[in-house]
Amino acid sequence: MASINQNAYSSALPNFRNLGILLRILLIVNVIAIGAAAVKGATLHGIWRELLDISAVVQPLLLLSVLALVALNDLLKRLPYSLGAVVVIALELGLTTLLHVFGRPLLGVEMASLERYWVLALIVTMTLLFYFDLRGRALSPALAEARLQALQARIRPHFLFNSINAVLSLIRQEPRRAERALEDMADLFRVLMADNRELTPLAREVELCREYLSLEELRLGDRLRVEWHIDKMPGDAFIPPLVLQPLLENAVYHGIEPRTAPGVISIDLYLAREQVHAVLRNPYQRDGNHHAGNKMALANIRERLQLHFDAEASLTTKVGDDAYQVHIIMPYVKAGK
Amino acid sequence: MTEARERPLRVVIVDDEAPARSRMRDVLADCAQQLPLTVEGEAESGRAALALLAQRKADVVLLDIRMPEMDGIEVAQHLQKLDDPPAVIFTTAYNAYAIRAFEVHAVDYLLKPIRASRLREALLRLSSAARPKPETLRELQPGPRAFLSAQERGRIHLIPIGDIIYLKAELKYVTARTAMREYLIEESLMRLEQEYAERFVRVHRNCLVAKDAIRGFERAAGAGGEGHWVVVLNACDEKFAVSRRQQHIVRELGR
Repeated sequence: MASINQNAYSSALPNFRNLGILLRILLIVNVIAIGAAAVKGATLHGIWRELLDISAVVQPLLLLSVLALVALNDLLKRLPYSLGAVVVIALELGLTTLLHVFGRPLLGVEMASLERYWVLALIVTMTLLFYFDLRGRALSPALAEARLQALQARIRPHFLFNSINAVLSLIRQEPRRAERALEDMADLFRVLMADNRELTPLAREVELCREYLSLEELRLGDRLRVEWHIDKMPGDAFIPPLVLQPLLENAVYHGIEPRTAPGVISIDLYLAREQVHAVLRNPYQRDGNHHAGNKMALANIRERLQLHFDAEASLTTKVGDDAYQVHIIMPYVKAGK
Repeated sequence: MTEARERPLRVVIVDDEAPARSRMRDVLADCAQQLPLTVEGEAESGRAALALLAQRKADVVLLDIRMPEMDGIEVAQHLQKLDDPPAVIFTTAYNAYAIRAFEVHAVDYLLKPIRASRLREALLRLSSAARPKPETLRELQPGPRAFLSAQERGRIHLIPIGDIIYLKAELKYVTARTAMREYLIEESLMRLEQEYAERFVRVHRNCLVAKDAIRGFERAAGAGGEGHWVVVLNACDEKFAVSRRQQHIVRELGR
């Protein structure tokens, strides 16, 4: 089960195979390079020339470093943090030396002394390590709290009490249906109350969504129509739990309940270019003044997608004249990765 | 209201969810053992409730708050137009905003799922809390109402706010004009102006015009040779002079 001390943060190297992490490295190093150029150059033109000079050394080094880190990622993951950090620093110093030795004949760049590059490489590497550690710390309580957060944003009391009321209405006339409804509710709440930090198979989330929707159908009857398009769904894709269900809850609350006429919620799940796509659509009227709850749920899901996938996942919403659409794109992660 | 109740209490259930209505019937049946009552009918919307209550008398309406088209608080306001309006007990599964407001204004409400004992208590009591004043209801209303209502021979007409072309104050009443006809409603023009500031604009002292309905403005010759602006409307031949104080709307809404 979960570790006893969930809140203690243990430092860890970032996942160097994550696109977001790599982007951050490239961005930060280049910003430092521009800063250095600005310090050295006197005029705008001077700064530009300095930047070109610096880039001639920094860009090859950066490229080599990123490649090496991507290659060594799994190995680094297995090392304790302090040892891993030392390995990274050693790697950077090594690459710097390599570039210094071969750089002059190969790139034809005038180079300062090796010691100077060592110091610079050391400073930049340690800055980055410090940054990622800080970022890890900043996000870590969020990860530990993801469970709680998911729960709080999730159980809309409105849904809970209305569903209980609907089940109560069945007990006397249709005890069997009441039983099924209670079973659905139990499943739903088991997931809502579980430790939701681990990823879950998409197929499981879909099952949960079906249970949720059958509870809502009990309440709303013909007013709720659901269209599933999941023939091309990668059921084995791992996604953060409770990414789809809250969106369906929003769709029912904002799209179906305010209408007297029946409305359709459609769910498209498919795989395209190694990415999992989820597209949810529901009817929508522009008069609603209850968007606060919707925004909170979206922010919560966005945050959890970012925690798990960083820049590789996205959530976009589109408001049409009479329809509302949420489109989620996640990397296709299979079990065991 | 103090007379001893000879006949059974007449109850009407209003809720947009069928299971909630059926549950309410069950609980009312449980109450009926100690408190004689009859369920006069069920309605699945505010509109249906008003139609039902125009035909059948009721002593109390159990009124769900969150319903499509028109929420329970608005329904309660339109109900006040009936000759002998029934008492109202609001029901809700969860609505933090409404519950806080109900507590503040001492308005009767019940939380779903509703226990028979609590329902019985509320029905036995039917205190002043079940007869909220129109001002109180107005304050509880979270946004502008979706309809205005006019009473004609015991029937309540609902006028969708989007259908109204203009509102004109005349003596005691306000005339609400739609493309089809006119209605006399008992409201103050000033309050309507506040409630629907988004939708209507004042053209002169006693007239509000729907912004959507404005086709344009025309210059009309005045008596002393001095011209003034008049507003021309879609779907209605009447024209209204724009008062001097409201001249700025010609610029803001013109064309």
